[in-house]
Amino acid sequence: MTTAAQTGAAGFLARYEGLKDHLPGARKPWLNALRADAAVHFAARGFPTRRVEQWKYTDLAPVAQASFAEPLTMVDGAIALPVPNAKHRAVFVDGRFRPDLSALEGLAFRAGGLAQDLNAAEGLLGALAKPATEPLAALNTMLFEDGLLLDIPDGVDGGLLELVSIAVDPGRPFAFHPRHLIRLGAGARLTLIETATGRGQCLHNPVFEITVAEGASLTHGRMLQEEVTVFHLSTIYATIAAGGTYDNFTVAAGPRLTRNEIHAALTGPRAACHMNGAQMAADGQHVDTTTSLDHAAPDCASRQTYKTVLAGRSRGVFQGKIHVHRVAQKTDGYQMNQALLLSEEAEIDSKPQLEIYADDVKCSHGATVGALDADSLFYLRSRGIPESQAKAMLVEAFLHEAVETVTDDTLRAALTRALDTWWARQRKTA
Amino acid sequence: MLKIEGLTAEVEGKQILKGIDLEVPTGEVHAIMGPNGSGKSTLSYVLSGREGYEVTGGTATFNGQDILAMEPEERAAAGLFLAFQYPVELPGVGNATFLRTALNAQRKARGESELDAMQFLKLARERMKALAMPEDMLKRGVNVGFSGGEKKRNEILQMALLKPSLAILDETDSGLDIDALKIVADGVNAMRGPGFSALVITHYQRLLDYIVPDRVHVLMGGRIVKSGGPDLAKELEAQGYAAVQAAA
Ligand SMILES: Nc1ncnc2c1ncn2[C@@H]1O[C@H](COP(=O)(O)OP(=O)(O)OP(=O)(O)O)[C@@H](O)[C@H]1O
Ligand SMILES: [Mg+2]
Repeated sequence: MTTAAQTGAAGFLARYEGLKDHLPGARKPWLNALRADAAVHFAARGFPTRRVEQWKYTDLAPVAQASFAEPLTMVDGAIALPVPNAKHRAVFVDGRFRPDLSALEGLAFRAGGLAQDLNAAEGLLGALAKPATEPLAALNTMLFEDGLLLDIPDGVDGGLLELVSIAVDPGRPFAFHPRHLIRLGAGARLTLIETATGRGQCLHNPVFEITVAEGASLTHGRMLQEEVTVFHLSTIYATIAAGGTYDNFTVAAGPRLTRNEIHAALTGPRAACHMNGAQMAADGQHVDTTTSLDHAAPDCASRQTYKTVLAGRSRGVFQGKIHVHRVAQKTDGYQMNQALLLSEEAEIDSKPQLEIYADDVKCSHGATVGALDADSLFYLRSRGIPESQAKAMLVEAFLHEAVETVTDDTLRAALTRALDTWWARQRKTA
Repeated sequence: MLKIEGLTAEVEGKQILKGIDLEVPTGEVHAIMGPNGSGKSTLSYVLSGREGYEVTGGTATFNGQDILAMEPEERAAAGLFLAFQYPVELPGVGNATFLRTALNAQRKARGESELDAMQFLKLARERMKALAMPEDMLKRGVNVGFSGGEKKRNEILQMALLKPSLAILDETDSGLDIDALKIVADGVNAMRGPGFSALVITHYQRLLDYIVPDRVHVLMGGRIVKSGGPDLAKELEAQGYAAVQAAA
């Protein structure tokens, strides 16, 4: 394709122009309109620069300057699947649903690839994403080919389901933009365990649109474990109705650059949202967690606890915005972010942002940044534990605290493994 | 035996220990008493190798080894144990993991075989029972949410598991109720014997009714100003430090 030489936003726009009649849903006017609108926004803004407030600390220049091609149409050869965490799993390779690798039989709800079921996506797709203000969502809307479509009817307990995303290195830079749509009906439940792995010079730019209806409960665990050549930029939009719960636990450890951006809106009384995570970076890596929480109804609770561990010359970002609307009386909001710097060359930028327009609210935030605690280290060493082992114990303890509150045993074990894998690798190189 | 000669040390450029001379022969228990701020904890930290406590002169040997030249973990493996005046809380580090890691690190350093989880648990339960500690303290984070007295008991549990040949107990009696004081004293007394010596730092003569010391030393202004038998503690209790120092 001739457009492959064009870089950044221009390259993606050229790709859209060339592909728009062939993209999934090209004959559906509602979807064409969405894509065209997104293209207008993306053309107007391009990739965000650091002059954009929400991107002040994360430089997308390496993405904007690169030239990404399409993923291969056919991936041949054996694909290494991660060890399963659940009986049911939906597997995506380079952003495309692979029924042959998935196991979705016997589920009491709709679960599968978005591209093959676009009619069911009407009304869901584009309901929450904001391509006008978030260029990465615009890029995703413009070019998505597939994604996970989950629709759980009222009162159904969906149990445990896995979402696996694998990027296969085609030997040249490539990009994919999966669009995942998840809807839980009133009183429905689901635990979703997501793993992203992959290698190669790749941009993985997923967008999630998640709707949690009255009294429903979604636990969403994420392990972003791609290799150090990968750019992972994910944007999650979630809306939680009265009495519903959305819990997000994310372990970001691997890619060269990770942006974990979550927009959650509590739209009915007694809705709740927990966002926890651990992000880690070593030499040359950058991790960014950016959350935005809208308290748009009274009596809602939100809890955010994020841990960052930085080694070598690396950089971490935490931006957390809590917006309490005038109607959102009795809001209970809490936000904590803690960073552990294992090297003098590591750097963390942390920006909490509370905007409170209701008067009867309880909102607090806190941040700590520092090296390992000298008193704790001495205590361990005074018991005969060698220094390197004592340090490792304290880093592990710091990280494990991030997933302590996960109640699902399978998910907690998976997240803990992801943390331990990163740390074991880091310990060896440190 | 522990032998300290002319030991001087400073913290943040301020001289705290001004020439300590002290010998604790193997098998003996010595008490150190002294006013607040006289340097008792500083001495215990210098002996166990805490960062920021700079030795500026003198020597300290333990069974002939120059302990001041060793890393904290090497001192522990050599048999030194400090029960902290203020035990540290370690959120996220399970007490059982901590105790087993410490025990196995020392066993490894001494060329002994490591204990597996079952062997360790059996041993820990046994020792905890003797200290009347509830078993769920093994599952909790190290000292996290422990009461003052529970923290002190956890220090003694560590001592009972690690079986040091020299224990420095820095105000382990502070914050203990009367029953706990007896339990802790029993724990120390149970270890007494030819292979064990202890330096017991305390403000209260009461502890020394339960752990009867061979010698009592008075530390004031960074020096040992007076030494004597167990009766010296009673004298101090009755007359205060000023009178004792004046008479010294
Ligand atoms: N990190 C420090 N920086 C400055 N001064 C210190 C530091 N640590 C100890 N000191 C000082 O050293 C002196 C001795 O303190 P130390 O803790 O050894 O006293 P102590 O005899 O154990 O007292 P207490 O009976 O109250 O426990 C005190 O004056 C104390 O303020
Ligand atoms: Mg003291």
